[in-house]
Amino acid sequence: MRDVYVVGVGMIKFGRYPEMDIGELGGQAVHLALKDAGLSIKDVQMVASGNLYQTNMSGQRVLKEIGMTGVPVYNVANACASGSTAFREAYFAVASGAYDIALAVGTEQMGKMGLLGAPRDPSTSPEGVLGTGLMPGVFGMAGMEHMRKYGTTIEQFAKVSVKNHKHAIYNPLSQYQVELSLEDVLNSRMVSYPNTLYMCCPTGDGAAAAIVVSPEKARQLAGGGTLIKVAASALTTDPFTPRDLALADVNTMTRNCARQAYEQAGLGPQDINSVELHDCFATAELLHYENLELCGEGEAGRLIDSGATALGGRVPVNTSGGLLSKGHPIGATGVANICEIVWQLRGQAGQRQVPNHKAGLAHTIGLGSACAIHILTK
Amino acid sequence: MQRPIVPFIKLPEGGGTPYLVGSRCKACGQVYVGTRRSCPRCYETGQMQEIRLSDRGELYLWTIVHQSAPGINVPYVAGIVDLPEGVSLRANVEGIEPKPENLRFGMPLELFFEVVRQDREGNEIVAYKFRPAAA
Repeated sequence: MRDVYVVGVGMIKFGRYPEMDIGELGGQAVHLALKDAGLSIKDVQMVASGNLYQTNMSGQRVLKEIGMTGVPVYNVANACASGSTAFREAYFAVASGAYDIALAVGTEQMGKMGLLGAPRDPSTSPEGVLGTGLMPGVFGMAGMEHMRKYGTTIEQFAKVSVKNHKHAIYNPLSQYQVELSLEDVLNSRMVSYPNTLYMCCPTGDGAAAAIVVSPEKARQLAGGGTLIKVAASALTTDPFTPRDLALADVNTMTRNCARQAYEQAGLGPQDINSVELHDCFATAELLHYENLELCGEGEAGRLIDSGATALGGRVPVNTSGGLLSKGHPIGATGVANICEIVWQLRGQAGQRQVPNHKAGLAHTIGLGSACAIHILTK
Repeated sequence: MQRPIVPFIKLPEGGGTPYLVGSRCKACGQVYVGTRRSCPRCYETGQMQEIRLSDRGELYLWTIVHQSAPGINVPYVAGIVDLPEGVSLRANVEGIEPKPENLRFGMPLELFFEVVRQDREGNEIVAYKFRPAAA
């Protein structure tokens, strides 16, 4: 396996684009990434496309929009980790030596679909009769487990939403750019205890793309500029844990994935300058502080209280605004997280720039379950 | 005619008390909800023994669902209930007002069965639920 470098990234502002299909959404993001890399679609030798709800030929639909080059396309669905799984496929396509230039694109056209997985016909579903399997309840209970074990408070979870919305003010590509106070978050309507409305990520439409290349191509394209290396690519699924079949265990697979990624990169959590992690709900972010070893067991509540994960802190988390504010068009999310880390490494993150950024970590999970972590370095 | 909402609710012929069906792996001892052929914990196959699950448990986690799909009555308490066999279930917790102050981690619960709706053919659909256990 050889080293792989990211030479181009791009994403469109996440939001509502009811008039655009995933081909149009993805095509715009790919054009941005190609321009960023100084490449043309004619140069791309392989495409990996992440999408969940329109996954049938999602990558081909992008190529039908911007360039029917006839290259191999892999369409990837892995729940909310679809985009990062596609990025990993593009990474392997180059790392293996099979291709020199590969494209990862993530797209989603969600419309106002509301609660993910909600039954169209509740009269034939156990939802609402045998507990809940919908995401707000699942991540509500995942947060309750942390409260049960460590006494974490609703205010500590709510602070995640305040922080990520504040970060998003500085990100013009964020679906929402609205500053929220702790009171705003706590007083918004309850969705599934303890997650209020502003502690749940929105639905939305969007696309993001990244171009990965061989070391030789990277040196040619960089022309002496910053080289950004994929220092680690890890993907795990849930190992057997006793309650996993009743309540998906998002912790163990993330811990396993983080250990693998740190080992591959030869880095530890103390070396990471910023993290984009999967804050689909405010509760999730605190769990992942511990899962990614940003703090010790049971210390996540104190870590958010300390400000260490806010811009200006020791390890800023979700400088982009996170899923909570930047948005979460499912297939696009994993690639968008890569974009943010690349911009941070290059010093192109504007007012949300983390100084002296040398290594960043991008994390996504898909429930059911899959966890992907990439560490990028310069 | 009564029908279970999920296959692991056993409705005995002739109207006996319903119960939940589980399976125990004879190789590693792990218990699962429902019947299955193989053990995802120890990877053995053909070692599963059907068992009857307990009708008492403890509330491991809970949430109060305030927003759900159209047609689902909210708010309601959804929980994860641990049974003594070492297996957990998703369930509604009823018999109490859905307010945080009425719920505590580890509270003892008892299982009950209820007809929750009729299907298009007019069958009564039977679900399991939990409520605070009588002392």
